[in-house]
Amino acid sequence: MQLKTEERPRPPATPDQPPTMLARLRVNGADNFVELDTRTTLLDALREHLHLTGTKKGCDHGQCAACTVLVNGRRINACLSLAVMHEGDEIVTIEGLGSPEALHPLQAAFVACDGFQCGYCTAGQICSAVGMLAEAKADWPSHATADVSAPTIALTDAEIRERMSGNICRCAAYPNIVAAIREVAEGGRA
Amino acid sequence: MRPFTYERATDAGAAVASAFRPGARFISGGTNLLDLMKLEIERPLHLVDISRLPLRAIEELPDGGLRIGAQAANSDTAADTRVRTRYPVLSQALLSGASGQLRNKASIGGNLMQRTRCPYFYDTHSACNKRDPGVGCAAIGGMNRIHAILGASEHCIATNPSDMAVALVALSARVELLGPGGSSRSVAIGDFHRLPGDTPHVETNLSPGEMITGVVLPAPPPGWQVYRKVRDRASYEFALVSVAAIVSVERGTIASARVAFGGVAHRPWRSPEAEAALLGRPATMVTYRAAADAALGDAVGRGHNNFKIELAKRTLCRTLAHAAEAHAAREG
Repeated sequence: MQLKTEERPRPPATPDQPPTMLARLRVNGADNFVELDTRTTLLDALREHLHLTGTKKGCDHGQCAACTVLVNGRRINACLSLAVMHEGDEIVTIEGLGSPEALHPLQAAFVACDGFQCGYCTAGQICSAVGMLAEAKADWPSHATADVSAPTIALTDAEIRERMSGNICRCAAYPNIVAAIREVAEGGRA
Repeated sequence: MRPFTYERATDAGAAVASAFRPGARFISGGTNLLDLMKLEIERPLHLVDISRLPLRAIEELPDGGLRIGAQAANSDTAADTRVRTRYPVLSQALLSGASGQLRNKASIGGNLMQRTRCPYFYDTHSACNKRDPGVGCAAIGGMNRIHAILGASEHCIATNPSDMAVALVALSARVELLGPGGSSRSVAIGDFHRLPGDTPHVETNLSPGEMITGVVLPAPPPGWQVYRKVRDRASYEFALVSVAAIVSVERGTIASARVAFGGVAHRPWRSPEAEAALLGRPATMVTYRAAADAALGDAVGRGHNNFKIELAKRTLCRTLAHAAEAHAAREG
């Protein structure tokens, strides 16, 4: 069934009801159809409507990146996106990266390297690292790169720190987060 | 957030037509607009999503320049080989801003439209002529450490936070616009953003309903390009002061120079004063210091940002020295 959500804005049921739309959200490989207030962020849609609570709300203003998810393979802050804008996108959350029985290599590395204390930022760190490693593999430069015109990038610790600088950890697990990411980047847990 | 209706545009002309009504706003990445909507500083009634318009391409132009579509992501633009090799100052500026997540979502057009991060603009309990014309400016006489030292007025001392725009100003870019009724025009980047004057709530010279469709770069100017950003943190923070410089040196003399500052004014600050003080002079610190004094001659501190005047001068000197040495080294 082809549902063109952009053709189906729903007028308010009563004058003081906010506008809603039917949204198709494809998350971790599965389609979900949800009627949403147009103001619903992707973050709130994932947590409150799809009950995928692995993704966390830290600041709700794009400053902490605890809400990082992957959209079409690229890392974004889910709090600064509207759910209704993601028709046709492939969204991957931390739940889609691995499971307790089959950990993603980064999840295993975070455990082995002691890359968290309270764990609140961790899902966002891991999703961000997945996106970041793809960017580095595509030889994207960063602010830490001395010569942005160089065709290939070496992923040094300084590069990892700069590329992960959007993700805050109040427990300051940063050294071990970098170690976990470095381990996976070097193929230690392929 | 106030309630709004939402539509996704598939055609640029239809998008412009649909947004030409009171209370309508374009949305693309949403990384600034949604932030402001959550705080109810922006209260659109209708959103026109332009993020999927076919305006993402980066294409070479016959004159050796480059057109960057308005819907190209900040991250893709910074990583584009042609931008990295021919306009490295633009790549460096983009990469110095925001975070990886935000650069992936933010569009080039949206970057040009982003609004100030002045804390009084953000605090809806504070007086702000930008949010509410005529009520006053709490930053004047307030905590104005991050505020403007050039081009400000007694109505507003906010700064433009974009790094990308500073590089575009140094590169003499043009902004392509599509208006209601299908009219197109282009505006020099230096004429795109406004100074506050007595209308700080009007931040650009867009005509009603106009949408940015692209940014056009002329063929790369001669010389070494560099963007230097000075801030309290090492990453993920706005500039206190930044400099985009493009310098060429021939036999120890400055043959060409472009200078633009960020973090100092309501718009990126191209400095013809600095450029005039550099052209034809020896590539030495004495010259750079004279250019810095010329560039900041009209600078005014507001109490907590007085340090920016000397900081801007020193940043300019350091950046010019780096660019001149790098250019001389490359040219052998």
